[in-house]
Amino acid sequence: MSGPRTRGAVRTGQYLALLAYLVFLAVPFLWLISTAFKPAAELGSLHPTWIPEDPTSANFRQAFDEQPLLRAAANSLVAAVCAALIAVVVATPMAYATARRRGRLSAATTGWVVVSQAFPFVLVIIPLFLVLKNLHLINTVTGLVLVYVVWSLPFALWMLTGYVRAVPAELEEAAAVDGAGRLRTLVSVTAPLLAPGIVATALFAFITAWNEFFFALVLLKTPEKQTLPVVLTHFLGAEGAADLGPLAAAAFLATLPSLVVFAIIQKRITSGMLTGAVKS
Amino acid sequence: MTSVTAPERSGGRAGRPSDRPAPRPRTDHGAWFLVLPALIPILLLSVGPLLYGIALAFTDAQSGRTRATQWVGTLNFQDLLHDTLFWESFRIGLLWAVGVTVPQFLLALGLALLLDQRLRFRWLARALAIVPWAMPEVVVGIMWRLVYHPDAGILNETVRDLGLGDGRDWLTSLATALPAVILVGVWAGMPQTTVALLAGLQNTPRELHEAAALDGAGAWRRFRTVTWPALRPVAFAITALNFIWNLNSFALVYVLTSGGPGGRTRLPMLFAYEEAFRYGQFGYAAAMGCVMVAVISVLLAVHLASRLKGDE
Repeated sequence: MSGPRTRGAVRTGQYLALLAYLVFLAVPFLWLISTAFKPAAELGSLHPTWIPEDPTSANFRQAFDEQPLLRAAANSLVAAVCAALIAVVVATPMAYATARRRGRLSAATTGWVVVSQAFPFVLVIIPLFLVLKNLHLINTVTGLVLVYVVWSLPFALWMLTGYVRAVPAELEEAAAVDGAGRLRTLVSVTAPLLAPGIVATALFAFITAWNEFFFALVLLKTPEKQTLPVVLTHFLGAEGAADLGPLAAAAFLATLPSLVVFAIIQKRITSGMLTGAVKS
Repeated sequence: MTSVTAPERSGGRAGRPSDRPAPRPRTDHGAWFLVLPALIPILLLSVGPLLYGIALAFTDAQSGRTRATQWVGTLNFQDLLHDTLFWESFRIGLLWAVGVTVPQFLLALGLALLLDQRLRFRWLARALAIVPWAMPEVVVGIMWRLVYHPDAGILNETVRDLGLGDGRDWLTSLATALPAVILVGVWAGMPQTTVALLAGLQNTPRELHEAAALDGAGAWRRFRTVTWPALRPVAFAITALNFIWNLNSFALVYVLTSGGPGGRTRLPMLFAYEEAFRYGQFGYAAAMGCVMVAVISVLLAVHLASRLKGDE
């Protein structure tokens, strides 16, 4: 049996390890924030400090002057909200059907969810590009929304199926025995229980679309149409020390919506991912 | 959480299959009605393009050409076979995928085991672990460029403070570019893996753990005989997914190095992207995509087979 001394040593070791993880996880993010508030002169100096000696918000103003960030954020917002709403509206009925009747449909859905994770985007993006071009949807937010809907469907289906399975079918059967029609049962019994899961799924689809880069890079050509991640890359290139501040400021702002939304739904996402996984 | 009730329900149902042998066939039309809204976009914008993409690999499709596209058989694949740049990129892609997936798993396992203990500041680690998960990949790339920046970066400043020389330009020197990029990949993907493993850990039977401890089993033996068997399915699944995601990753490296220096970090996705959308070689890029799918499928099959063998 281990004595109290070794147990104490183990605890100390565990805390040291936890500290190392905290540092590894936090340092890059703290550095981003620090850089965002540093004046150009400080960024050019050879000995950067953790806390800006002369903190400034000039970087934020300069970032908005240099690139059309507001318009880009508006584009991102429209694309992400539309994609999330459509994805959930379309996926919920299918998830319901998949969860309530096992067998071939359920197997096919799971199969597609898994397969869709495996194929390289490049194999899909070229034909998608050609198809959207024929439909005159290149360089439009509509085209991007279509792609995002399909792209977020596997995950939405996966999560929603898990949430539906967590609603006991006995409840629906009991309502049916009490004489409620099928639609009535769905609206007054199933929907309220399912609502939190649907909201979480929609918010997750929102974050995925808000953060997405590859499809937006390929499909959106003109700066007025581009989404935030694509516009952020315009800051890159042969950047001098003076441009680092605005770059950091813009990157920091672009992260805030995702962070806030994610903090709200994190617990539910985790449980949703796993109910899907455990029950399949 | 509502999910707790799920296992009971399916258990109850499995217990009385003979009560209701035949499913109600009447509602099958209803099922189709429910499935259709999702099925149409899936077929039109996912399955369709996938098949179209495979077909494109056997043509000479190019962007902005007036002449009609023609079938060229396996010509693209023959060209690919001799394209040393592609195979070099493929080699780097595998190095990257393995180099990210393995440390990602080990570090995530360590963190999950720590978070499973009753330690103080656990909440802080959980909160911080959200950050890389929620961030746009482009921002992750930008952030690490600031860390790696030769003058204004914190890494070189730390190196100088420790008296280890003047530091270097991590992302543009041939020797350090790939390791530097891999570190970012590990950082970015660790949270999902940790969360999945932590959930797996919390499903392991506590009593078994305590019984083993009473029998005098050390920490390592307890991990090997109690924790790992329960964790293995989750570990296999998340590693397989991570590997595939890493092999397909694009945005991180695009922002960090754009594939440089001298192609040292040019992942297959970057290569195919340039081929398709910079040089307009749609057919050739589609062939690259097919090769990548084939390789991923083979690796996945091997992985699954080894898992099934392990289960026996």
